[in-house]
Amino acid sequence: MTNPAIEGAAKKTPDGLARRIRGLSDRTIAWIFVAPTIFLLLAVNIFPLIWTIRLSFTDFRVNRPNNEVEWVGLRNYQRILSDPDIWATMQATAHFLIWTIILQVLIGFTLAFLINKKFKGNDLWTTIIVFPMMLSPAVVGNFWTFLYQPQIGLFNYAIAFFTGADPASFSMIGDVNLAPWAIVIADTWMWTPFVMLICLAGLRSIPDSIYEAAECDRASKWRQFWTITIPMALPFLMLAVLFRGIENFKMFDLVVQLTGGGPGNTTTLTSIDLKREAFERWRTGYSSAYAVILFVTVFGLASIYVKALNKVKER
Amino acid sequence: MRSKLFTTASAGALLAVTVASTAQAEDLTLCWAAWDPANALIELSKDFEAASGHNMSFEFVPWPNFADRMLNELNSGGQLCDLMIGDSQWIGGGAENGHYVKLNDFFDANNITMDDFIPATVTGYAEWPKNTPNYYALPAFGDVVGWTYRKDWFERPELQAEFKEKYGRDLGVPASLEELKDIAEFFQGRDIDGTTVYGAAIYTERGSEGITMGVTNALYNYGFLYENPEKPYDLEGFVNSDGAVAGLEYYKALYDVGTPPGSSNWYMGENIDAYRSGQVAMQMNFAFIWPGVEADENVGGGKSGYFPNPAGPAGQFAQLGGQGISVVSYSEKQDAALEYIQWFAQPEIQAKWWELGGYSALKAVVEDPDFATSQPYAQTFLDSMAIVKDFWAEPAYADLLLSMQERVHNYVVAGDGTAKEALDGLVRDWTEIFEDEGKL
Repeated sequence: MTNPAIEGAAKKTPDGLARRIRGLSDRTIAWIFVAPTIFLLLAVNIFPLIWTIRLSFTDFRVNRPNNEVEWVGLRNYQRILSDPDIWATMQATAHFLIWTIILQVLIGFTLAFLINKKFKGNDLWTTIIVFPMMLSPAVVGNFWTFLYQPQIGLFNYAIAFFTGADPASFSMIGDVNLAPWAIVIADTWMWTPFVMLICLAGLRSIPDSIYEAAECDRASKWRQFWTITIPMALPFLMLAVLFRGIENFKMFDLVVQLTGGGPGNTTTLTSIDLKREAFERWRTGYSSAYAVILFVTVFGLASIYVKALNKVKER
Repeated sequence: MRSKLFTTASAGALLAVTVASTAQAEDLTLCWAAWDPANALIELSKDFEAASGHNMSFEFVPWPNFADRMLNELNSGGQLCDLMIGDSQWIGGGAENGHYVKLNDFFDANNITMDDFIPATVTGYAEWPKNTPNYYALPAFGDVVGWTYRKDWFERPELQAEFKEKYGRDLGVPASLEELKDIAEFFQGRDIDGTTVYGAAIYTERGSEGITMGVTNALYNYGFLYENPEKPYDLEGFVNSDGAVAGLEYYKALYDVGTPPGSSNWYMGENIDAYRSGQVAMQMNFAFIWPGVEADENVGGGKSGYFPNPAGPAGQFAQLGGQGISVVSYSEKQDAALEYIQWFAQPEIQAKWWELGGYSALKAVVEDPDFATSQPYAQTFLDSMAIVKDFWAEPAYADLLLSMQERVHNYVVAGDGTAKEALDGLVRDWTEIFEDEGKL
């Protein structure tokens, strides 16, 4: 049976064009449709990547357009990998990454577990909890600088209230020991709701019938939690860890706004350091090598992690 | 003085109209930092629009992002800006990388001479290489780091008595950096009218140029030199001399004993806020803020005083700020942009610039007999401009600046290592940069 609408549309195709299309294979037509996308992908993603790799072997500086560009081989890579300052930024990034993920997963899962229970005002609480992740990271960074203010900051007053310490006696973003925790706290406040939502999706995907069967077998709540809830929500938890890990590896805006990478280099994450090298020092070749190293690191870690995630899902 | 100036300004405007009548009307864009003087320049430029028929647009970027944004623009050969009021340290890069138009012929053709401007501003904002008659900018806004203090607090009899008893001298404008530290320590944590206040707000910012613009005011006065005066780019023993080490230790001591808690990343804006809100007795800041302080209802109207950066054991110097105005070489409207500079250089326009809150660098303005008394801070501005020193203006200035930011901030704020180690590290960084640049 023919579809009159399609037939009508086909009739509208100009004869010349119709003749030309009629001569093309399905594969060719498919290529015609995907070619613009592939072209855009090549232009926006692949070409810059290849160009960055090429630049990473040179001493090119974008602010010296008149200088001759020299091929320096692996020198940029050697400098980066043997620079103790860069290893310090890697450590700062690892501290930030590990602690934000641990805290966000623990708190996020707990909140999801509680929100998953049916109680009055459930929807309202969900909306309130989700509120921080709706804000711009720059805004969050900015207002946490006020919260952390020793003279007027609510955070210091809250700590003072519980400990009896003088609120002006410590500075969360001015102290080398406290600043790494200050950025962890702000990021956890902002992104725990995101982890909570993913965990909530995981918890709600567990069929009630499994719990009912466990009840019939007289399994305790504790046992149900460890043998049903955790294993079945684990792929979602792992997905949350993957998202937050990738996001926090490239964290920039919130931390720049909050601490500017200081005091000293204690909160200088790799993305902040990379930006300084590329757009403040203008060491384009060097920063390209830096970017390549970070890309390989994230890509490698993410690939291993995704394989592990797939294995968990297959179980 | 004002009526005379306006008469001459009108005459100047008429002259400019005549000059401009043959030219085509253009839309000119002037790029600068987003701060109070920029607003004054918008007001001032209305006269240019009326006189020339050109339309002025402005692209103002907040200070923390100003260098990033504008240097990106210049490096990419962008045509956003026809006129650039770039920072003094950009002059080397602007000249050597071909971003700025050389103005010598234009100055000669229009009888604009650099002898008419404050010498330090010509060297700082216009010349490249330094101390050679090659001009890439017209001094546009003279600025220098100085100090503001709460005169009303200093004059309180009970505080004066307590200070005299403790330090054996009157509580007043400090004659030396050591005295300034004593005063900061005296006010630190003090209760004034039921509020806890602190000594001084100083520059500690890490991300752009803050702490360098602050610490140099101590380093210069204790004996720091950028290089061997006899041998360019010879740094060892000058950048990390005993005097320089003492200067850096001084700045850290001032930070430790006399600044508000949490002031670990403060620059111009944070210092202004702390001062205006009555948190601190003194603030280090560029002179551009002084008109705003005078107009402020909390701290203005005679409650504040001003003094130049006090002397140290090796002399009295202050960090130069300010900018020159340049024509961007990528602009397609260079003739109209040069017209703006010609108009801006006129004495009557410069006089109006000062009245609106812009710090003119023209001698005819600042050497006017009425100038020193025209504003409460005018004399301090003159005294400060007489003792200025500036940071490197090499094409690699950004590299040099970031190294100094990192080394100094890590020592002063984070307490990393010793002052000697910080400056030795700075010598290593700078040497490497100059080697990369082919200067060593």
